[in-house]
Amino acid sequence: MFRIFLPLSLLLALLSISSILIGSHALHFDAKSLDIILISRVPRTLALILTGISLSVAGVIMQQLARNKFVEPSTTGTVESATLGMLVMLIFFPAASVFYKLLVACISAVIGTALFLLILRRVPLRSGFLVPLVGIMYAGVLGAIITFIAYKYDLLQSIWVWIQGDFSMVLRGRYELLWLAAGLSFIAYFSADKLTLAGLGKQVSINLGLNYSVVFVWGLIIVSLITGVTVVNSGVIPFLGLVVPNIVSLLVGDNLRRSLPLIAMSGALLVLFCDILARTINFPYEIPIATVMGIIGSFIFLFLLLRRAS
Amino acid sequence: MPKKIIMSIYYSITALRKRLTPACRLLLAAVCALLVVIVFMSINVKASWEFTLTFRGKKLITFLLVAFCISTATLLFQSLSNNRIITPAIMGFDSLYILVQTSLVYVLGSMQYTALNSYLKWVIEISILVIAASYLFQWLFIKKHYNLYLLILIGVVCGVFFHSISALMMRMLDPTEFSVLQDSLFASFNAAQSELLIVSIVALSAIGIFLYRYHHYFDVLALGKPMATNLGVNHSAMTRVCIIVITTLIGLSTALVGPVTFFGLLVVNVAYIVCGSHYHRYLIPMSILCAIILLVGGDVLLQHVLGYDTKLSIIIEFIGGVFFICLILRKKI
Repeated sequence: MFRIFLPLSLLLALLSISSILIGSHALHFDAKSLDIILISRVPRTLALILTGISLSVAGVIMQQLARNKFVEPSTTGTVESATLGMLVMLIFFPAASVFYKLLVACISAVIGTALFLLILRRVPLRSGFLVPLVGIMYAGVLGAIITFIAYKYDLLQSIWVWIQGDFSMVLRGRYELLWLAAGLSFIAYFSADKLTLAGLGKQVSINLGLNYSVVFVWGLIIVSLITGVTVVNSGVIPFLGLVVPNIVSLLVGDNLRRSLPLIAMSGALLVLFCDILARTINFPYEIPIATVMGIIGSFIFLFLLLRRAS
Repeated sequence: MPKKIIMSIYYSITALRKRLTPACRLLLAAVCALLVVIVFMSINVKASWEFTLTFRGKKLITFLLVAFCISTATLLFQSLSNNRIITPAIMGFDSLYILVQTSLVYVLGSMQYTALNSYLKWVIEISILVIAASYLFQWLFIKKHYNLYLLILIGVVCGVFFHSISALMMRMLDPTEFSVLQDSLFASFNAAQSELLIVSIVALSAIGIFLYRYHHYFDVLALGKPMATNLGVNHSAMTRVCIIVITTLIGLSTALVGPVTFFGLLVVNVAYIVCGSHYHRYLIPMSILCAIILLVGGDVLLQHVLGYDTKLSIIIEFIGGVFFICLILRKKI
């Protein structure tokens, strides 16, 4: 374990330092540069790391709950439900504080995800590939509802800008909620064994002495809270929660107690890498990280699908 | 007593259904389509008739062309791939077309792109699309024998992949180049360019003749490759021709109104239900008529009943998504 962790931590340090150093303003040894580092660059780097950790952990928990390797919050309607909650708040209570917006987004994420898992339970699943397929279409239907409402209230543009994953607006004082998401991932680690068992299915896990329903609801709440916080704070980063756990599972297997720290770390690494790429590819302009992650994520997703098929 | 009445109604409906031959149904659909078109042209006219007729006429032509493109492309694709759930739009062909167009602007730059003759440009785009799509199709449907759900999933993810690459390229373009691209990407129903309409009409007439001459081949193709080969159809040659036709149709409809994911799926499945026959002789015109009724009727509803409060594509996306989920869960394929 240590042999994997040491190089990864070195890499993480290296990427964080370059993330702090890269930007359109060249750094010098003066007060202005220090301000830029403390107000903009360090918060951004921290936000990236925290988002990476929490989204990949949310992805792996979602995969345990749905018992399918190819799901993650953005392909199960969780992200769309959170956005829907956000949108409702924007329309009816635009003056509400961020906390209430977040609360409503999280509650609606819980409801949306629970509905999806309910659909999965009610129908006999003939193929493992059916789960992500239904999930993507379910997300699409929710997306159509969002577009419908947003179009009616003329909020289409603001909602698109809002949910597109982008870290260029992160400043000190505007990302701290993400600590909450990362804290939730940390708490999830303590129930890693239970989540691993829940991934074996209802009957098996009850037979092994697990209180399945409690663990199920617990996992659902963690996933929805993490998704709500990240959607409200930094937008959607597609496929992150899918790609990272799958690759880690190829390397070290499915025991969450072993793999969860590795998943968290690789998630942070991937997000940092993508954001640095997004910042340098068209320097000095920026591209939203969601765009870069969309390409890398869907490519790796395709690779995983074809690998499973052969 | 009520039960008896209900039963008698039920029997009379089944009797009527039996008596309605596919030709009869086609005629009924044609009458409906004609009515919808007349309503579309004449309802709520406020400006002078001359203005209204030209304005709405152009829009109507766009609707008719798109209805033809999407319904026949989807129908042919489903017959070719031998199932009733996959459509070219779901398999990412629309996104592929947008990717081709975006990369062309990206590689050539806006100056050369606009300087290109618009017909030549169209031919280049369609040829690249045809080549790329035939490779994709060959690989997914002919070489590998994936299970259906995996196939759809791969198609959907491919679509996301193409879409993401074009999104990245659009971000990399500078604003002037992007506006050139945007003009060619998002021609709306109201403002389709006349050149494009001419190209479409010429291409669609050629395709129409092809469909008329070869409709019985599609009946055989829909039986699957082994059966079709046994019956003396050169499956691979026919596949190649069909792919060219399908991608041309997709290219046209995407150029006219942008990507619409679920419209083809909805229309063709409605056509399967109401057509009452498996022959393409009836299926092709029936799906075109269904598409016209849905598209033109939907626009009338939207404009005059709902007051343009939303967009047709949003509603189609919603209904189509729900329909698709039901379809794969019940596996009525």
